[in-house]
Amino acid sequence: MTELLVGTKKGLFVLRGEPGEPFDIVHRAFPGDVVEYAFRDPRSGRCFASVTSGFYGPRLFIAEDPAGEWRQATGPAFPEDVADTTVARIWIVEPAEEPGVLYAGTDPAALWRSEDDGETWELNRPLWNAPTRPEWRAGAGGLMLHTVCPWPGEPDRLAVAISAAGVWLTDDRGETWRTGYVGLDPQYIPEEAREGTHTLCVHKMERAPLRPERLFMQFHGSVYRSDDAGESWADFAAGLPAGFGFPVVVDPADPESAYVIPLVGAEDRVPPDGRVRVFETRDGGATWAGRGEGLPQAEAYLTILRQAFDADGGSPLGLYFGATSGDVFGSADGGSTWFTAATRLAPVTSVRVSG
Amino acid sequence: MVVVTLRSPLRDLAEGSRQVDVEGATVGEALRALERRHPRIVGWILDEHGRVREHVNVFLGGARVAEDAPVAADDVLHVLPSISGGRR
Repeated sequence: MTELLVGTKKGLFVLRGEPGEPFDIVHRAFPGDVVEYAFRDPRSGRCFASVTSGFYGPRLFIAEDPAGEWRQATGPAFPEDVADTTVARIWIVEPAEEPGVLYAGTDPAALWRSEDDGETWELNRPLWNAPTRPEWRAGAGGLMLHTVCPWPGEPDRLAVAISAAGVWLTDDRGETWRTGYVGLDPQYIPEEAREGTHTLCVHKMERAPLRPERLFMQFHGSVYRSDDAGESWADFAAGLPAGFGFPVVVDPADPESAYVIPLVGAEDRVPPDGRVRVFETRDGGATWAGRGEGLPQAEAYLTILRQAFDADGGSPLGLYFGATSGDVFGSADGGSTWFTAATRLAPVTSVRVSG
Repeated sequence: MVVVTLRSPLRDLAEGSRQVDVEGATVGEALRALERRHPRIVGWILDEHGRVREHVNVFLGGARVAEDAPVAADDVLHVLPSISGGRR
């Protein structure tokens, strides 16, 4: 039995089923509200859901059972001295390397830390007070911190990604920060304006846990890899039908293996030729192979958003992604073949394997 | 006392109360008093800086009012979702 937490524009869906067959919808929570992101912390079993009401704003909910009762966390919320600033959306909640510690990322772009299993949250002020912040620019989804990559076994080291203000790195648990901009090529701005720009639109970034200095990145227009912990990046999009896309997933058991889902481009965010294909690399991004067996292969005009693709960590690897069409697809064999787990949900914002 | 009237889902957060009597000299003070009475409502009507959220309407005497508007005894504040908030 596999459990998925599927965030959508119209609530959270808890899906359970056997890989290879349609999953059952066992619960719908937060009807009518946008569930930006939901996941289960594997350490505690506790579930988190970031919920944004169109009327009443964003908040974080906690549940021990996702099909049971959810209760509100306290925050994230900006302290009184950060005037005129309110949290608009909570994009990510990520377990840290210390017991009971989690990080959250929000719009506006801020990092938050909880030391009590997500009950309360504190703003990371050094990153909030980054001297270049006035030069940061929003992407289409806002100006948000959407990715947090802890370093396995080293709680002081973090990499975070901001759209559109690039990669930020710390080696002292967030006391000081530096950028990881080298090699990123923002082709969406004029060449003469690229040198020194902060407008680096990272769509998603993921660390290879067995080789933590390696990260893969889906950028606004290309796919990159870093082998020096995010300090510098090299383009690895050759062989993909398009450089644009949102999510990237790394096989937790193999630092050479990663998956992306290319879209035509920024102006047309649908799969090339209307064919939904997941592209897989087994050699660190040197070559890519498209996998579409079991996925819609004609007239499919959907978008897969940055938090809507996940792996289960099993062997063979299970992979799941959701689309703005309201469909959720899965693979029980590392992406070789795919099945439809759910259809006609609301537009999917996030997918996480939770059990 | 000022009367605050609530609809779902705010009513559910206020343990089912359709209206709550609170003290306060301004809309903001009255809504903060509501939050103290029903802590689950914190962050829903007012943001973290005490301002009425963009897509929430607070009406007093038929007019939409902001958090700094004065209120008097027996005033009734109606809290409703704005039609601008449902686009997502």
